[in-house]
Amino acid sequence: MARLIVLGGGVAGHTAATFAADWLGREHEVVVVTPNSKWNWIPSNIWVGVGEMSKEEVTFDLAPVYEKAGITYKQAKAVSINPEGSASNDKPFVTFEYTGQGKAGQSEEMTYDYLINATGPKLNFGATPGLGDANGLGEFTVSVCTADHAEHAAHELEKIMDKMRKGERQKILIGTGHGMCTCQGAAFEYIFNVEHEIRKAGLRDMADIQWISNEAFMGDFGMGGLHMKVGGYVVSSRIFTESLFAERGVNYITGAHVNKVEKGKVSYELLDGSTGEESFDFSMLIPPFAGVGLKAYNKAGEDITDTVFAPNGFMKVDADYTPKPYAEWKASDWPRTYQNPTFKNLFAAGIAFAPPHIISKPMKSPNGTVINPTPPRTGMPSGIMGKAVAHSVCDLIKKGPDAHLHEASMAEMGAACVASAGKGWLDGQAAAMTVYPVVPDYEKYPGTGRDTDYTFGEIGLAGHWIKHILHYLFIYKAKLKPFWKVIPE
Amino acid sequence: MAVKPEEFNFAKNDQFNTAMIPGKFARAMRTCKIWQFIRFVIINIKMIIVVSKSH
Repeated sequence: MARLIVLGGGVAGHTAATFAADWLGREHEVVVVTPNSKWNWIPSNIWVGVGEMSKEEVTFDLAPVYEKAGITYKQAKAVSINPEGSASNDKPFVTFEYTGQGKAGQSEEMTYDYLINATGPKLNFGATPGLGDANGLGEFTVSVCTADHAEHAAHELEKIMDKMRKGERQKILIGTGHGMCTCQGAAFEYIFNVEHEIRKAGLRDMADIQWISNEAFMGDFGMGGLHMKVGGYVVSSRIFTESLFAERGVNYITGAHVNKVEKGKVSYELLDGSTGEESFDFSMLIPPFAGVGLKAYNKAGEDITDTVFAPNGFMKVDADYTPKPYAEWKASDWPRTYQNPTFKNLFAAGIAFAPPHIISKPMKSPNGTVINPTPPRTGMPSGIMGKAVAHSVCDLIKKGPDAHLHEASMAEMGAACVASAGKGWLDGQAAAMTVYPVVPDYEKYPGTGRDTDYTFGEIGLAGHWIKHILHYLFIYKAKLKPFWKVIPE
Repeated sequence: MAVKPEEFNFAKNDQFNTAMIPGKFARAMRTCKIWQFIRFVIINIKMIIVVSKSH
């Protein structure tokens, strides 16, 4: 009997574990180690953050789902990996510390035959003074990164809306809280949902709404922007995005590295080297992401973290990490199998893998401050990666070490993205977009780096319907209800 | 002559002045239930094609 341990129970980890358990059957063991007791459909957190959904509607308990699937569930935080085993045992093992199940704080070691690292990101609030610290979110801003954060954001939003009702004009600042953030899409969705709620409440004239982002231009989204077919034109996402901001009267600052957050004020540096300050009464700033800080040790107990992980804490996989200038970046730099090059029974999926480089053009201010978005690897790509990696591990277990590994390169897969711009079955709107491929391939598509036959976007009520239906569909799938496997990632 | 509602934001700042802002008809179509149902079907087909090419 072989044992597969999956670290993390988010989109990539949950997908990998549930498919692996299904494909392997009861002959082999699948273990999930995740510090959370609940699964969270993160894309709907933005609706929790404006009070349009409850925390309970976007989460569910993992334990009964894993019990049904025959998965061993450890509510614990992975601490370290010993891929060579230890002096007394040749079998590789992982060390984790319980966060629940009545064993909080206790450590345990568990051996494995295969390990999938899908730990997702550490929300690195501590990277920006005032945004937070090692313990998480600070006191001056709100977040929608977790369901609890989003619930708190909704309460704070309600408070400023009450002030508006009393005639006090309020300033709202939403965007990214550091020069190297990713996930601009979540902030984009949140700002337009906030604007929608305020307009619906008849308070739009009482709010100044401001966007601040580390993107060099509007619509970069960490993918270097994209070109899509709209109304017979091939249009840059910059035009599309600026249009929505102008239509809704939302001012914007781009190329900004937020370097300090204080009560009611952020300080920032721009790509041209200038600095500025922006005041706020309510602010939601996305933190930068980092690896979760897993350590790795060899058989002798020596630290080999830098062999297994990149300096940012994400796991090294089969990408080309050779440093090279932007002009030499290629689609083939991106990983295909997500297998660790040193330890072949280690895989990573989702945010946990180390990208070879960013996708957007690298940018620095004259002061040397790096200000560019890091690559998005959430949602659909995460799910596809998780499934491909699970497939590879299952084949390795069933067919032996020479089994063909399954591939899911971000330079060959597309992504469907629906960005909400306001909730409501009759008056909601969302930008429905597809991008193909996620990482541009200028050798295959010399014009825009992507296939414009499959890269498109439009905004409207239909997009909202799709996003709302996907909310129910993906929670249904994650709960492993009947026919869950036919729902694509 | 009064400013048309959809043209109001152009004058607010330079960023908005050079942007493409949808007019009354385009905005109405965004929430027109019949048109959006048609778009719903078309967008879903397009997304299914991209999803199927990605697996």
